[in-house]
Amino acid sequence: MLKLPENFQSYGDARRAGFMRLKEAKENGARVVGVYCSFVPHELILAAGASAVPLCATSEEPIAAAEADLPRNLCPLIKASYGFAKTDTCPYFYFSDFIVGETTCDGKKKMFELLNDIKETYVLQLPSSRNAAALELWKKELIAFKEKLESFYHITITDDDIRQAIRRKNRERKVMKTFFELGTLNPAPISGYELSTRTDSSGFELNIDKRCEAIEERIAQVQADWEANYKGKPSNKPRILVTGCPFGGVRDKIVKTVEELGADVVAFDSCSGVREKIELVDETMPVMDALAKKYLNINCSVMSPNNTRIEYIGEMIEEYAIDGVLEIILQACHTFNVESHLVKKYVTGRGMPYLMLETDYSTADAGQINTRLSAFLETIG
Amino acid sequence: MRYIGIDIGSTASKTVVLEDGKEDICFTLPTGWSGKETAMAICKKLDADKDGDRIVATGYGRVCVDYADKIVTEITCHGRGGSQLFGTDCTIIDVGGQDTKVITVSGGTVTDFLMNDKCSAGTGKFLEIMAGRLGATMEELFALAEGSDPVPISSMCTVFAESEVISHIGSGEKRGDIAAGVVDSVASRVAGLCTRHGIRGKAALTGGLCNSPYFIQRLSEKLGVPVETHSMGRYAGALGAALIARQGGKSFR
Repeated sequence: MLKLPENFQSYGDARRAGFMRLKEAKENGARVVGVYCSFVPHELILAAGASAVPLCATSEEPIAAAEADLPRNLCPLIKASYGFAKTDTCPYFYFSDFIVGETTCDGKKKMFELLNDIKETYVLQLPSSRNAAALELWKKELIAFKEKLESFYHITITDDDIRQAIRRKNRERKVMKTFFELGTLNPAPISGYELSTRTDSSGFELNIDKRCEAIEERIAQVQADWEANYKGKPSNKPRILVTGCPFGGVRDKIVKTVEELGADVVAFDSCSGVREKIELVDETMPVMDALAKKYLNINCSVMSPNNTRIEYIGEMIEEYAIDGVLEIILQACHTFNVESHLVKKYVTGRGMPYLMLETDYSTADAGQINTRLSAFLETIG
Repeated sequence: MRYIGIDIGSTASKTVVLEDGKEDICFTLPTGWSGKETAMAICKKLDADKDGDRIVATGYGRVCVDYADKIVTEITCHGRGGSQLFGTDCTIIDVGGQDTKVITVSGGTVTDFLMNDKCSAGTGKFLEIMAGRLGATMEELFALAEGSDPVPISSMCTVFAESEVISHIGSGEKRGDIAAGVVDSVASRVAGLCTRHGIRGKAALTGGLCNSPYFIQRLSEKLGVPVETHSMGRYAGALGAALIARQGGKSFR
């Protein structure tokens, strides 16, 4: 019998249900590996017969506990990740066999050193450029990670296992991308709030095939509804592209608010948006080369330089017929914050309105954000 | 028909009334603790009437004006009012009670803007608190500062800066020098925001500090370009709102 956290009885219903679901899965033999970031290749975890689960990181609630060990002026995502772990309030962290971190930003990589005291945290050394030497280093890191999975679970992972996992994960990428591409339709057939909430929460389903089926079902419903009721009646609501940091923790404060103010958020250039879905893993290459190549190409601001992100924003502006770009920066995220200068230069250079909001998970600035968003929409007209 | 702009700011509420063939009316009331009560007081003073008036509300308390026909943010209104006062291509710097904003106006419309961080450094609130600490009104603060030698006040946070002012008082610094330091600190913060955003066309100050030539001089020095102002600068937001009311359009109820 697996143990539940000490304070389990004080948790809300949803959280208790999450714990019970994971507990049951684990008792039935499920292997669970906790991940924070899209740079971690899920294929290897899948090939080990395990599920990669996203860990809780988007609530203000555990931040106070995290600040006992971490500096206050750190990114809220990092503080929340650590706080959830420390307070035993994330079922996915609690029941993970081990955690996989990665050297993306400075705050995260140092936080992982502390996290390792709570639960074993294996850290992938991600290079910050995309040249041949970096690719070689990254491939070696992925091979070492595969070996880690093998020794942890006392298994052997074959190339065929990985190849099969690549196919399953590519299918999921295509499904998720199709879901996001509903945003290209006019009028927008689904709110940005729903699009992003649904994709984020779909990660909590341990079975990748069930995940795909649930999203495919929603795509079919939305498409049918649009064909029947909205097709041919374009809306003149401003169409917004959201870019920048992971925004799950400020979704209500920003995405929901801007939609309530009369805009449609139709596109997401972000970690849980299409950023990781753009490029599939090449199914014809040797598996480790294919994985290394795909994952090193993710357009995160930790890469230097990261021109491909700007180029992709340009393509998205066309593809989704965008009227304004809204960049969300989490407090103390230096890489996205600095890079926002380049994004602004590019977007405004195209004569398109751009707004950058720097914020954290608190609601202290909700009023000011509302004013900025309203004014932004007024400039779009 | 009267076209009325009401700007409920965090400190002062400004009203501008435009009526064809009549002289423009403008007046200010302190916002006090309740924007709603201030909005009602303005309504009474105007003797506002549903059919004969078209009203646009703006400012942080814009939603308190429940009798308004339309609500527009202070950024758009300052841009609109500023372009009337200073020309259709300019950069409006509005130092408000709780927000400072730099607004780019091209061809008469707002194309871009930047607001201060969520803290009150570089806003009117900072000056108000420091004036209180020095036992002076805002007018007296500027009078004291003029011709004095500013002591450095380096804290960005209003609460910390207040402690810094207290320690200057305790160590016997001259009141005028501290006042000059306070004004200098706000001018630096505002200039920093302007530099970050970029000044296009001429720079113009709107909001409550328009009436202080000393502040405008300090800001111009820090920016390295002359900052213009206007006797109506304080009313730029309300004027913009009134102009939007006059312009009309389909979004009016």
